[in-house]
Amino acid sequence: MTAAITDPPRPAPPGAASRRRLSAYLHRTPGLRLGILLSAPLAWLGVAYLGALAALFVTAFWTTDVFTGQVVVSWSLDNFATLFRDAVYRTITIRTVGVAVLVTVIDAVIAFPMAFAMAKFASRRAQRLLVIAVMTPLWASYLVKAYAWRSMLSGNGVLHWLLAPVGLDGPGYGLPATVITLSYLWLPYMILPVYAGLDRLPDSLVDASGDLGARSVRTFFSVVLPLAMPAVIAGSIFTFSLSLGDYIAVKIVGGTSQLLGNVVYDNIGAANNLPFAATVALVPVVIMLLYLAAVRRTGALDTL
Amino acid sequence: MTFSRTTRRVLLAALALGLAVIYFPLLVVFLNSFNDDPTFGWPPAGFTLEWWSRAAANEGALAALRTSVVAGLSATAIALVLGTMAAFALQRYRFIGRNPVSLLIVLPIALPGIVTGIALNNAFRTILGVNLGLFTAIVAHATFCIVVVFNNVVARLRRMGNNLEEASMDLGADGITTFRLVTFPMLRSALLAGGLLAFALSFDEIIVTTFTLGAGLETVPIWIYDNLFRPNQAPIVNVVAAVLILASTVPVYLAQRLSGDSASGGRL
Repeated sequence: MTAAITDPPRPAPPGAASRRRLSAYLHRTPGLRLGILLSAPLAWLGVAYLGALAALFVTAFWTTDVFTGQVVVSWSLDNFATLFRDAVYRTITIRTVGVAVLVTVIDAVIAFPMAFAMAKFASRRAQRLLVIAVMTPLWASYLVKAYAWRSMLSGNGVLHWLLAPVGLDGPGYGLPATVITLSYLWLPYMILPVYAGLDRLPDSLVDASGDLGARSVRTFFSVVLPLAMPAVIAGSIFTFSLSLGDYIAVKIVGGTSQLLGNVVYDNIGAANNLPFAATVALVPVVIMLLYLAAVRRTGALDTL
Repeated sequence: MTFSRTTRRVLLAALALGLAVIYFPLLVVFLNSFNDDPTFGWPPAGFTLEWWSRAAANEGALAALRTSVVAGLSATAIALVLGTMAAFALQRYRFIGRNPVSLLIVLPIALPGIVTGIALNNAFRTILGVNLGLFTAIVAHATFCIVVVFNNVVARLRRMGNNLEEASMDLGADGITTFRLVTFPMLRSALLAGGLLAFALSFDEIIVTTFTLGAGLETVPIWIYDNLFRPNQAPIVNVVAAVLILASTVPVYLAQRLSGDSASGGRL
């Protein structure tokens, strides 16, 4: 550093003066700086992405010409009428929500004891390693994991081999297989927030409950669970939302079962009816918004 | 904290069992890539390297790999620029509409992938009249990769404060020089971690890709999906799956080494 001080001042490179003026001007105008910083991200996400979402919403009110397959710009509620009146779509909606709820409950039940053991029985170093161990499979390809279950569930696969000695058989491909696969896929999304929530839960509260004579079961239901609930709900937002929109896992292990995602997919591809696909795609969005509004008061959203 | 020994043992056993369930299917895929029965009968009767050598020569898989890498690198580059700009804006300034903007950044991964997918598909085809191709898939990938970079950079900015930058300015450096010599070097590892995770996210994505990639093109996940239901391709699909499992540990490991900011690296 001393060398820098004794050095004679170097001649300024050409353009340095105007650059300096620009720097100084930007420094004096924080509003302009903010505007420049926000311009590109907002153009991309605010205009392009939000615009696309808005257009999708608008398209849901249009129709498709039966003969030409072209989208017809005429406002009507026909798509919504079909969606609500047709028993098929009602069944599929209920089935999809049922699968999403079941997956969420299964994940919560499996994740809670795991997260509790991680947060309360592991050393700091072990906790860090365990978080990495839970997180790493998140980065393994989604498709590879669904595929892994397809090969495990197959007729002569691993599950058959494991269950045959006890006189059981694997569930084969179908809705139960879909629930298993989705629960497996989203489990880390539940473990990590619940772990974070339990890690913040002070040990002293659990001890106090014990000192006051509560047994473990009572302590769990009266102290631990209420305090950890926002974390569980935070996790459930992921598992619920991800299950609602899924159509790949059900295609891979679900046999012929259909979920909302499949209806959307088929209407874009085979049926070439984009407006109706848009209408159906709004269903998971509306359900998700209702769910988010319902859990807002629990404070779960602040822990995301 | 005091727990009965039984509670402790049961919960630790649950943890061990849970982790075993998480890793077991991945292990099965890996072992099956050496299974010499092309229908993956279990337990394997014998082991072979044939599927690995066949996969290495499979044109479709290699072309898909090239497409995935190009899409991933381009989307990551865009996400790095936009994510960093948004991170600076939201971390360093207080302004009206700050909360909606941060919600907007998370939105592409908070909404179901199929919604983002068909919204962009509709926007490209119906509104803009653009034919789907590699470019449209890159735009779509960049949209949901921004949040990963954003999370990493925000975490770093929050930790480093702006004392050093102010010191640099006090010593006479202008804004651009300060960014080049002070801010950027401190951000570098966060950018690298965010970039790696963005690339991994793009590399893995299938739903949005299905709706935004042009006909005739395949990324690796799409290639797997297209070949999944073809029985004679199964062993090669399995090898590609095994390779992806091994490869997925690399970004996680590197991102952990580069930034201790957040364990999930912005995936959550």
